Amino acid sequence: MDKAEIRRFIARRAAKELKDGDVVNLGIGLPTLVPLFLPEGIHVTLQAENGIVRSDIATEENSDPVHIIDAGGTPAVAALGGCYFDSATSFGLIRGGHVDATILGGLEVDEEGSLANWIIPGKKMPGMGGAMDLMVGAKHVILAMEHTVNGKPKILKKCTLPLTAVKCVHEIITEMCVFQVTPDGLLMTEINPELTVADVKAATEANFHVALNLKSMLA
Amino acid sequence: MPKFISMQEAVKLIPCGSTVMFGGFMGCGSPHRFIDALSKTDVRDLVMICNDGGRTGGPLGEELYGTAKLIHNHQVRYLIASHVGMNPEVATQSMIDGSLKVTLLPMGSFVEMIRCGGAGLGGLVTPTGVGTVVEDNPFCLEKRWFKGKAYLVMEPLHADIAVIAGTKVDRAGNVWYKGTTSNFNIAMATAADLVIVEAEEVVEEGAIPPEDVRTPGILVDYVVEGGKY
Repeated sequence: MDKAEIRRFIARRAAKELKDGDVVNLGIGLPTLVPLFLPEGIHVTLQAENGIVRSDIATEENSDPVHIIDAGGTPAVAALGGCYFDSATSFGLIRGGHVDATILGGLEVDEEGSLANWIIPGKKMPGMGGAMDLMVGAKHVILAMEHTVNGKPKILKKCTLPLTAVKCVHEIITEMCVFQVTPDGLLMTEINPELTVADVKAATEANFHVALNLKSMLA
Repeated sequence: MPKFISMQEAVKLIPCGSTVMFGGFMGCGSPHRFIDALSKTDVRDLVMICNDGGRTGGPLGEELYGTAKLIHNHQVRYLIASHVGMNPEVATQSMIDGSLKVTLLPMGSFVEMIRCGGAGLGGLVTPTGVGTVVEDNPFCLEKRWFKGKAYLVMEPLHADIAVIAGTKVDRAGNVWYKGTTSNFNIAMATAADLVIVEAEEVVEEGAIPPEDVRTPGILVDYVVEGGKY
């Protein structure tokens, strides 16, 4: 798989986590691909942290990029039945547990489900934006990211970069496998059928258990 | 009642070294014409409280959008923000040149700290940032446990001046915001000694139905008509 195929593969699997009617906040990058792969009959409500419920991509006719954007800065619009609100209301929705799921990308994640995704000291400092609030507040936190970066593991025993949140990730979805974060550590519940458990171990620094009924990611 | 003033008069209200809040999210809902005018002055050493440092590449082809112009001109000495990744100059000035001090806050804490600053509250108590470097942030007062759960107590944010943007502003200073432009403007209008609103359109009293007013006019000191953006 090339990079674009890997990203679509991960997004397609992440889409299966969403339930009909869920209120969902998507991080920038790979997570924004997820709506393209929602299974038939599953409709979700997208929340954009800059102040939209039922956030939708603007069309040529309704685009007003000076007044209406989503949290990635893309021209957006509130779909029929949606609404706009200010940032305090938006983060009240997020911290208050009114968002069912968030799908985020990451730089590093560890065995305890702690995530680092907002700064590489001395190199990149985009800032945490809404990520810290989303991880603390969303009911289901799904990390959707490539398994390695330049061949190096991103799933570690302990994160080395500054954390976004402690013990908040529930599930990790990569092109290699799916991990559930449990009180006993990481549990691999699904694997890319083209790979072996040994392949995943070689690309993962963290320790993990393998589910007895390990399934195919494509099942 | 607010005073209606010209853009030239409005930018004179910003002294060098003052602490200024600017509304907007990546430039959406920012007071664009005011920022333009301020960027042509010698006002320097600002402490800027803004969600971001604006962005490069605005929606209408602007090279520098939102507060990015003020960063570019080195008019800001200290930026308190949440996400600065859309303006690479923030990283350059802070990490390479060392000319800009930056404090980053979680976006939800940032807006709520401003709300606290304008609502007479002593601080924000939030679970966001527990176990992260936010605990070492200059605005984190302490870590507390309530009913067995950890929280950070964050200091309220207050400014000398808030410059916000309204889509329609009536003669009494009441503001209506289109689309996603209300973002930080609503909280900021409550949290400064002096509040300046850049109006895209000034309308007569009553033209905005009272239930559609999002920022009550009593909060507004000055209105400057910027024109449709």
